Amino acid sequence: MVRAAAAGAPTRIMANIALNVKIRQKCRGSRPVLGALGFQLADGEIVALVGPSGCGKTTLLKIIGGLDTDFDGLISWRGDQRPRIGTVFQEPRLLPWRTVRQNLALVLPPDARAGADDLLHRLNLWIFRDAYPAQLSLGMARRVAIARAFAIEPEIVLLDEPFVSLDPEMAARCRDLLLDAWRRRPTAALLVTHDMTEAASLADRILLLSAGPMRILTDVTVPTSIRRNGVAAAAGFAQQLAAMAGSPGATSALPDRQ
Amino acid sequence: MAADGPVELRMHAQGGTGVYRRGVMRVVSVLVLLVTWEVAARLAGSRLFPPASSVFRAMVQLSRSGQLPLNLAITLKRVALAFLVSMVLGSALGLAMGLWRWLDLLLDSWLTMLLNLPALVIIVLIYVWFGLSDTSAIIAVALNKLPTTAVTLREGARTIDHDLLDMAKSFHMRRWPVLRHVILPQLYPYMFAAARAGLALIWKIVLVVELLGRSNGVGFELQVYFQLFDVTDILAYTLAFILVVQAIEWCVLQPLERRLGSWRTSH
Repeated sequence: MVRAAAAGAPTRIMANIALNVKIRQKCRGSRPVLGALGFQLADGEIVALVGPSGCGKTTLLKIIGGLDTDFDGLISWRGDQRPRIGTVFQEPRLLPWRTVRQNLALVLPPDARAGADDLLHRLNLWIFRDAYPAQLSLGMARRVAIARAFAIEPEIVLLDEPFVSLDPEMAARCRDLLLDAWRRRPTAALLVTHDMTEAASLADRILLLSAGPMRILTDVTVPTSIRRNGVAAAAGFAQQLAAMAGSPGATSALPDRQ
Repeated sequence: MAADGPVELRMHAQGGTGVYRRGVMRVVSVLVLLVTWEVAARLAGSRLFPPASSVFRAMVQLSRSGQLPLNLAITLKRVALAFLVSMVLGSALGLAMGLWRWLDLLLDSWLTMLLNLPALVIIVLIYVWFGLSDTSAIIAVALNKLPTTAVTLREGARTIDHDLLDMAKSFHMRRWPVLRHVILPQLYPYMFAAARAGLALIWKIVLVVELLGRSNGVGFELQVYFQLFDVTDILAYTLAFILVVQAIEWCVLQPLERRLGSWRTSH
């Protein structure tokens, strides 16, 4: 049995791979939550994990983020040190007694101070920099959480349903701003979502997941023609994917599959 | 968001008049008490129930002679030390018990025992075991207060938001910033509750401790006046004491609470 391990792990990691995930099993009590699954995340790549709610996506992110070490498998990365990981949780998880800027300042490594203000500008948060989280709308709080994750100049970003329970308009705006933050410094990112259109409009690759225990049904590359080109462009592709996710046997019918 | 501006202003204005009215009512309530006391005492006309005016006169006299300020200072020092010791140790113990289940199971029955031990028993035992010294006095008072602080803080520690702890961990925050910026702010309300109740309890117990085993301080003086049945001076000391406690409440505790809780009222 192998647990989370740093460098020196038997797996060799290619130069452009930021993260290599290999899970054999993860149980909660006697119930397996995650089955055998593995994937890699390249530098500057956004990979979306799409699956039914409760299938274990958040658990997987916790394992990758080092918050859950009780699993059978191996998470490895390039280099000797654990990479800097910026996480956007499902809830914003801001400290209510600190202003927006103070929330960011608390987690910043000393070399990343200047970038944080720039991110607040980019995410349209600058005028709210001295506001407390309770004074912000959910959409704004979500954006602060995104700013925080990118502000630490991470090597990997984990996004756990960052736009859930926002109205469609706000979700679209937040998606654009997320891409803005990402383009400033394209970071390997893992996006958990249950919204196929969201996945297709943001990601380079989509991993379709099944529930109980979670496995990867298929690994789909988003065609370059629609990649990060808005929701409208992604809608048709998303529909095809959604149909496919409904019938796991039909994976061969998939467009542009790798 | 821009529309929130005027609304916020109006709320502040309302808060302003509310504070003003509360202040007036407080003054009125004190005045009513003093007048009632004065009239009742004059009607009674007994040496054992002096009117407010005589008590104030005695207070001024005792202050001029330096006796009252000196004894008050001695008592205050004991209160401060016992308060500090019981708050720091009690908070640490309560926090640890709230965070670690095994420690809670180990110490819970000890805490219950200490909670139920009469103050007098603790005081007498500490004096007997450690001698009639200032250190013993402070230990005895602190031991009386420590368990209630621990219980309050344990309650607080159990409500700590683990999502925020996960957040701190995932952003590699170090131990001390996590304690200072993530954990402690969640415990401030509990610490204030413990501090308030603690001060009230410690004032009372310090006097008993002084009465039983010290040769100075307000408690000792009260004992002397008790033996003389000198109610006027007893009340003079009591009144001075109450004034100091109120001053601490208004000048230290309330401003501190407002400052630490400012994020709560700003929305």
